[in-house]
Amino acid sequence: MISIVLLSVLGIANLFLGFLRSNRMLLPVAMLILVVVFGANVLDWNAASQSYFNNMLTIDRYSVAFTGIVVLTTLLLLPFSEKYVRDGEANLAEYYSLLLFSLVGAIMMVSYDNLLMLFVGIEILSISMYVLAGSDKRNVRSNEAALKYFLMGSFATGILLFGIALVYGATGTFQLTQIGAGVANPANASFTPMLYIGMLLMFIGISFKVSAAPFHYWTPDVYEGTPTFFTAFMSTVVKTAGFAAFLKLLMIAFSSAQSFWIPTIMAMTVLTLLIGNVGAVAQNSAKRMLAYSSISHAGYLFIGLVALNGKLSANGIFFYSLAYSIATVAAFAVLKLVIDQRQREDYDGLNGLAKTNPLLAFVMTVAMLSLAGIPLTGGFFGKFFLFGAAVDKGHIGLVVFAVVMSMVGIYYYLRPVIAMYMRPAIDEEDATPVAVTGFQSAVLVLLALLTIVLGVLPSLVSNLL
Amino acid sequence: MDQNIPEVIRTVPLQYYIYFATALFAIGVTGVLTRRNAIIIFMCIELMLNAVNILLTAFSAYRSDPNGQIFVFFIMAVAAAEVSVGLGIIVMIYRNFQNTDVNLLNRLKW
Repeated sequence: MISIVLLSVLGIANLFLGFLRSNRMLLPVAMLILVVVFGANVLDWNAASQSYFNNMLTIDRYSVAFTGIVVLTTLLLLPFSEKYVRDGEANLAEYYSLLLFSLVGAIMMVSYDNLLMLFVGIEILSISMYVLAGSDKRNVRSNEAALKYFLMGSFATGILLFGIALVYGATGTFQLTQIGAGVANPANASFTPMLYIGMLLMFIGISFKVSAAPFHYWTPDVYEGTPTFFTAFMSTVVKTAGFAAFLKLLMIAFSSAQSFWIPTIMAMTVLTLLIGNVGAVAQNSAKRMLAYSSISHAGYLFIGLVALNGKLSANGIFFYSLAYSIATVAAFAVLKLVIDQRQREDYDGLNGLAKTNPLLAFVMTVAMLSLAGIPLTGGFFGKFFLFGAAVDKGHIGLVVFAVVMSMVGIYYYLRPVIAMYMRPAIDEEDATPVAVTGFQSAVLVLLALLTIVLGVLPSLVSNLL
Repeated sequence: MDQNIPEVIRTVPLQYYIYFATALFAIGVTGVLTRRNAIIIFMCIELMLNAVNILLTAFSAYRSDPNGQIFVFFIMAVAAAEVSVGLGIIVMIYRNFQNTDVNLLNRLKW
């Protein structure tokens, strides 16, 4: 709870820093705020679970753990906004504040206990992201991404809300535990059709937000057009918060209607894995490949939802989100530095990077191996735990399919690695090293180190929840 | 005026509210999927949100539970925030394209 208050208040304070007309202070201040919030969040870990606002928000270990992921991801991502500081971007204070405010939305999504808070949280997160997607105002591709994201996002919100209204009509409450009791109550049987339609519409609404097939169309376009820094934020924080919210909804509210929704979600899982992985193979732009890869990772996370295996699912999704977020931040950070200098987003833009910037190439390689799920990286154990939870519940066929799809993944994740290590730079200009500050290098090393530590000692965080 | 508002709402059977809200919602969805002007698409999204508001109010009156009506206030407030951001984005698009037709937006294609 204190993290929500701190982020809101300090976010506003950060906004006022914009009046000083000194962009230099903004980045350190924003990072300091996040360090403070992370510390405050950790303090909640050992406290007993507490409810706020008439039981509409509950801060327990589940919410503290996922809050930790989103805050840490943002903290590790922030140093790569350094170019905006250097370029004297006019509205920088607003962008940092919007990032902080959107984190408030993410935290509400992971700690909600009432559908009202879920809705408000999703909207705080999304509305900030609509603005940030279009933050490169004169770039037509950024404009297009903002409009597409906005129209698709508010369409999804409408569908989610209609679902919430129907579930409310069937159970008479917005409170998760009471909805769970209402769904299980045989006296409500006459409302079952309405309840099922409401559930389906809610699933569609949330699937839009986490970009799961068949509601993923907007993802590649939006991810490609949005400035790279905010794409990284979108594909990590929004996804983590979305899945934490989804798991909570399914576990607490709809667990007694499993026979209805497990086949639905399973079909979506298969479709998401297929479209994400096969789509990524066909791409020539590294940024667009990462967009499709984020769709495929939504598919792997869905396996944790299908399994719905209590603690195993929660821990699996937590570990996967953490490993995925760190690897994705590393990949996007390297890509952003390269794109900023070389002005090209295709694989060829990465050519010869191993010679000019061995560190960047190494970090990118570790990130790609983790996303592909190669052993000794965090991504491997992420997949391992989720698949384990699903096998435990007897979904063997689904797991076999997911393993085959992750083999497809190896192909496209290795393409940037091949470009960096085996192809020479195309022209003179590309042969000059990419500019990286010492601090950014340190953060990149930290990201690679975290990925490897998660892969070597997964037990550090795999049983937290 | 000696009846209170929930009683007035309850003079119409509940299923009529459900049919009406569903029809309104379907009109909104159809509009989003078929129209090509960003402003009209936006209006259709607002129509969907208003269908939700009617449905929530009706359920709330029938169940004598105020939570549904509170939810409506939140939807209105959030929709207003969304409108301000959305219109901002559409104005930005209009400045760069001199048009708000979504078919023009095809620079990002695979």
